[in-house]
This record gives sequence, C-alpha cells and structure tokens, in this order.
Amino acid sequence: MDWQVFWTAVLAAIPAGTPYLYATLGEIYAERSGILNLGVEGMMIMGAVVGFGVTLSTGNPWLGFAAAALAGALLALIHAFVSITLRANQIISGLALTMFGLGLSGLLGRRYIGTPLPVRVREVPIPILSDIPLVGDLLFNHDPIVYLSFVLVPVLGFLLFHTRLGISIRSVGENPATADAMGVNVFRVRYLCTVWGGVLAGIAGAYLSIVYAPAWIEGMTAGAGWIAIALTIFALWSPYRALVGAYLFGGVKVLQYRLQPLGVSPNLLNTLPFVLTILVLLMATGEVRRRRIGMPAALGIPYSREER
Amino acid sequence: MGAETPAIEMRNIVKRFPGVIANDHVTFTARAGEVHALLGENGAGKTTLMNILYGLYHPDEGDIYVHGRRVTIHSPRDAIALGIGMVHQHFMLVHSHTVAENAVLGLAGTPFLRPAQSVREQIVALSERYRWHINPDAYIWQLSAGEQQRVEILKALLRGARVLILDEPTSMLTPGEARQLFAVMRQMAAEGRTVIFISHKLEEVMEVSDRVTVLRRGRVVGTVATRDTSPHELARMMVGREVLFRLEKKPVQRGEVVLRLEGVTALNDLNLPALKEVSLDVHAGEIVGIAGVAGNGQKELVEVITGLRPVIQGRIFLDGEEITNRDARFIGKRGVAHVPEDRVHMGVVPNLSVAENLILKYYDTPSFARGWFLDLQAVTTFAQQKVKEYQIRTPTVHTPVKLLSGGNIQRLILARELAFQPRLVVAAHPTSGLDVGAMEHVRQLLLRQREEGAAILLVSEDLDEVLELSDRVAVMFGGRIVGVVDASEADVEAIGAMMAGLNTTAEAAA
Repeated sequence: MDWQVFWTAVLAAIPAGTPYLYATLGEIYAERSGILNLGVEGMMIMGAVVGFGVTLSTGNPWLGFAAAALAGALLALIHAFVSITLRANQIISGLALTMFGLGLSGLLGRRYIGTPLPVRVREVPIPILSDIPLVGDLLFNHDPIVYLSFVLVPVLGFLLFHTRLGISIRSVGENPATADAMGVNVFRVRYLCTVWGGVLAGIAGAYLSIVYAPAWIEGMTAGAGWIAIALTIFALWSPYRALVGAYLFGGVKVLQYRLQPLGVSPNLLNTLPFVLTILVLLMATGEVRRRRIGMPAALGIPYSREER
Repeated sequence: MGAETPAIEMRNIVKRFPGVIANDHVTFTARAGEVHALLGENGAGKTTLMNILYGLYHPDEGDIYVHGRRVTIHSPRDAIALGIGMVHQHFMLVHSHTVAENAVLGLAGTPFLRPAQSVREQIVALSERYRWHINPDAYIWQLSAGEQQRVEILKALLRGARVLILDEPTSMLTPGEARQLFAVMRQMAAEGRTVIFISHKLEEVMEVSDRVTVLRRGRVVGTVATRDTSPHELARMMVGREVLFRLEKKPVQRGEVVLRLEGVTALNDLNLPALKEVSLDVHAGEIVGIAGVAGNGQKELVEVITGLRPVIQGRIFLDGEEITNRDARFIGKRGVAHVPEDRVHMGVVPNLSVAENLILKYYDTPSFARGWFLDLQAVTTFAQQKVKEYQIRTPTVHTPVKLLSGGNIQRLILARELAFQPRLVVAAHPTSGLDVGAMEHVRQLLLRQREEGAAILLVSEDLDEVLELSDRVAVMFGGRIVGVVDASEADVEAIGAMMAGLNTTAEAAA
C-alpha cells in the first residue's frame, strides 16, 4: 500500500468514524449519569430510518437530522422512564429498546428500500484553511455534521469536567445518594443525560442513511451501536478519548472495503470490528487498573432515596 | 434570636417503615450554641430522626420548627436553605472527585464555568480556622477517614450551616482524630452554632456534649444536662435496664489444647510477610485475647486459622488434626466458628433473608437438607428459634439481612456460628461499632462458650475488652507474638509498651 492509498484511507476514516463518535459521545453522557443504555443500536437505526424518511419527503436533510434526533430522544425517553422512574433493570430495558428499534425501523423503512435521496449533504471546504497541505484535507474538507462533531468533542469534554452541570452529572453517576444529599436533582440529571444520549444516537444513525450511504438498508447500523458501547469503555468515559476510538473503528471500516477487492473473505472482514472491540476493551481494562479511573460507580444501579 | 427560641424543635415526629415504627411521637429540641448528643442503641431511631430533619425522609406525622418558624422540609436542598447541614456516618463524598469538586456539588451561587476554582479560597480559609490542612485539589480517595470527615464538615459550613448534624462521627476515626473533632465541635458551638451529635458511645457523649437526648426503640426516654448525669444513668436510659459494666467471669478448668499454631508464616495482600513464625496454643475453656495495634498481623492470623489465607511455612492443628491450608469449608465443618471483622461483607449475604443467612454454614447437613432439596419448614423453625434465643430484632425471618442494624447482624452471625457447639471460636473485633446493650450481649455469649468448653481466640483493638474477657493475652507486633501474659496479672502499661514494639527483646531487630 503506497502513501497515496494510505492517506485516502485515513481521510475516509473520519466520515466512517463519525457515526461512532456521535453515538459514543451520547452514551458517555448517559453512563456518566449512571444510566447504562444498551439501546444505542435501536436508537441509531430509528434515527437512520426517520432521518431518511423526512429527508426524502421534505427534501431537506437538516429537517431529517432534526427528526432523527427527536426519534432518538423519544426512544431514550422510554428507557429513562423505565429505568429511572420505574427503576427497572437497565440491561433488559436497553436490550428491549434495541430490539424494538430494529423491528420498527424495518417496518417503517420497507417502502424506502432502493429509493435514492433527491438531495445530498456535501463537503463544505473551508476557504483558505482547506488549502493547507494534508491538514486542510484532514480537518477542513468535510460535511457540516463532521464539523459539528469536531466542535462537540471539546465542548462536551469541557462541560463534563469543568462546569457545575458536569460536576453534577459525574456525581450523580458516581454516588447519587451524595448528589441528592447535596441538593442535586438526581432524576432530572439522569433524564437529561439519557435523552441527550438518544439525541446523539439519532444523529449518528441519520448520518449513515443521509450522508454516508446514502440510502436506507434494513439493519444498516450493523452493530455500530454495540461498538459505540464498547468505545464508551475504551474512552474511559471521556469525550476526548472517544474521538480516538471512533476514528480507529472508522479506519477498520475503511480497511474492510479496501481489503475485499484483494480477495480477503468478506465474512472474515466482517468480524474485524468485533475482534478490534475485544482488543480495545482489553486495553481499556489495563488502563482502568493503572489510573484508578473506571466506570461510574453507580452505573446501572437505580436510585431511590428511602432504600438503604 | 434569644436563648428562649430553640434552634431546632421537632414535635411528635412519627416515621413508619414496613414492619417497624422508627420514630414514635418523638419530640426533640436543640439550642443555639450547644452540643446536643442524641444517644441510643443501634436501631433506636436516632439516624431516622435526623434524616427527617435533613429532608431525606418525610415524617408521617409531626411538625418541625427552625428558629421558632414552622417549616416543611421536602429535601436536603430545603434543609440546606434553612441552615441545616449533616455529616452522615458513611460519608457522602464522590471518591473520584477532588475536595473542591465535592465542595461545589449542588452549591448555589457558584459560577457555571470552572466552579471548583471559585471555592478554593474559602476552603483554605475554613481549613485554617479549624486547623485542618485540607488541600482543595486532593482527590477524596487519597484522604484518610478523618480528613474525609473534615471535608464533609467543610461542605456543610460552606453552605452556611448554623445547625450541624454529625451521625456517629467517631466510628471511623482514630482516638487522636476523635479528640481533634471534639475540639472543633466545641469551637463551632462557641461560635453560636448548634451541633447535634448522634452516638451510642457513652464516654464521648459525656466528654463533648452539653445536653443529651436518649432514644430507645423509637421513643424519647428523656433529655438531661450532661453535667447532671452519669454514664450509668445514661446506659440505663438507653438499654432500659441496668447494664453490667463488669461481666461475671466464672472460673473454668482449662482443658486440652484445641488450636495449635507452630511457626506459622503468611503473606498479606501485598505479598509482604504479615505473620512471622507465630506459635500459639489455645485450650478448651479458655479465651486467648490478641492485643495489638491494627495492621500488625491480626487479620492475617484470623485468616490462616479459618482457611482464608495460605500458610507458606509452619503448621496449624485443630484437636490434633492438621488443618494447614485446608479450605474454609473443611475447617468450618470441624467446628471452627468465625466471627469476621467485616461483618456485612464477610459475615452475611445482605440480600438473603435472616433464615437463609442462619443456615449458610449448615444448609447441606441432614438437619436442613433432604437430598437436593431444602427442608424449608425446618429452616424456618430453626431461624425462628435462633431469632428468639439471640434476640435478633427483625420483622420476620424472611426479611433481607441488609435491612437489619449492625448489632442485629452481629447477633445473627453469632447465632449461626455458635449454633452447633463449636470447638473453636475465632472472633475478630466482635463488638466494634456496637452499642452497649449489644456489646454486653456479645461478650456474654463468648463467655458462655468458654464455660461450655470451647476454645476462643479473641482479636480486638479494645484493650479493656481483651483484658476483661481473656484468660491469657497475646500481644502482636510486626507479625509476631511478642509476649503472652496471664490476663489476671496483666500490667496495662507493659502490654501497651509491647503493642508499640518497645520493651521486647524478640523485636529489637525489627
């Protein structure tokens, strides 16, 4: 593989990794508040079908993204209600959400199969900056959704680590009883973060169907939601590290496309992201042990004030 | 506000939990400028009452007045707004966050961006006022229990607490840290604050409080001025009967050797030598007390005997049979009872019921098992009998153990461990954290085992307890037994010196 081939692969890894990035950022926020949402796959696929459908009927991809965010938020709201208000098992609720999303999207999307979108979301090169050699192509020659993710990473990182809201979110995820005793509304924070996770997962799905593919294919998320959950762990619940992980997986996805023409079995290639997932999780556990940081201590545990 | 308006007044508070009345028409008054102790046994309703004042629980009946004004406290946020702060027994801190981050959590009036920066100066100033040395950028997990408690008090003061509730504040502290805390409590009272201090320890209540309110089984027994009362009177109010401060120890003929350790060496969790060639005999009908400062090998000693830690050198015998490096089940089946140090994590399964916990060691014996099945009738009957015999306070035998108080959990563990006449009882800190009533009960149970011919190894940090119960006292220092003395002739000074590693030829090199 010569330099040119390598470089185009690197450039392709960014849009390929963008859905992972959005979904992972969302899951990081949900998990930081103590809510494990295994419904990412379901929220993404619903975002994909709703985004595609709205874009198709209105001709406006931005309305499509807005509708996808709303769809993700609504699904997340179900999970929030079941796991925060009803205090049900979050694993079951999340799995149910994934199955629900996959099923419903298949039903809703049946009529979109094989339909092309009338509009495309195109790259918007940033004047002057995009002319810088290498860096220009790497950072300043993308579509608006990618740019938004570039902005979101530092914003969400700063919000989480250096603001009142961020301290509240992290405290609720680590020790909700403490946060409650200090006057933080645990339920509100958890609802907020879970729904925000749904918004980002919805956008992640819509990116696949409106920008990346662009088409509706049943089950087109193909496990991306699960990879986002693994990336959340790899990222050690930090938005900054999510960026690295997302593009790493974006790279693997690109690699799959590049290796297939060389005669490597597509079935084998399809396992690549999951092999990498296992490797990445192994790396993350080592790091967790070394640096005394780990998953939010109250992750997955429902909170109730009068229960001891 | 004058002295006639109490800072806090709670009238006829009733709080019911499923199966129990935690507070039964409790009336409680605390004044500005006083240290007011709330005394009672575990489960008497002290913490419940204060959780109501702090807005964590809602009373089923009753009224609360703060500085003479009737208030309804829906949540801790309301309580904080009324100038009430609470330091819980288990600290309400986020361990992975810094002191400053913990301090600003939920604190009104801090900026949205970089809030932790805004309170650093206040933290340093308060820290100086009370001579605390708290670094606002330290992570909570780096701090000792005493330092964490200071962060908790600091948090309350930052929120403008005029009334500070301390729930069993000394339970996690060393004696030195406790003395410092008492000085701070006095200082805060002198500043005109109200300090409400939940405790079941008579000595500290006598030492630090101005007035005492005693609770028993959810009711107020009375409120007295500390200077007009005595530990005896308080103990009687707390327990509802005379408490024996000196136990009656019958003379027992010492029997054959039950437990024998020969040159036992073992490592601690960091793979460093924790026990160094320990040799010790414990006879039937004898209590051997292990005295020593925590961390000198006591924990490891208990674990090698009960089969929880491998012996790397040396041998252990029980009734002449070698049990070195056998597993806990094998050793347990041979009549070794283990009352572990960490009773909630090692002594019980919190989510299982009282009955299930009582048969944990015996569920596979013919008494409770029919082939693959449990004889549930026999289990229930056994549990009901033990609950009665050991006075375990629980709504039913099917109640999960996690809902029981510490004293009742300890009674349950003893009920299980002593159920089938053990040969050897290994008791690690059996009375730590218990109130006087439960403490007396546990001590009597150990003495009864001695009379019935069991050998008892008692590990305790309470030297008075060791001297009172034991026939012989072995002092541990640096993983060795540095001296064994007869308890009746023991000289506290000499034992103290051995505990500190002085005065012993054997340890001169270490």
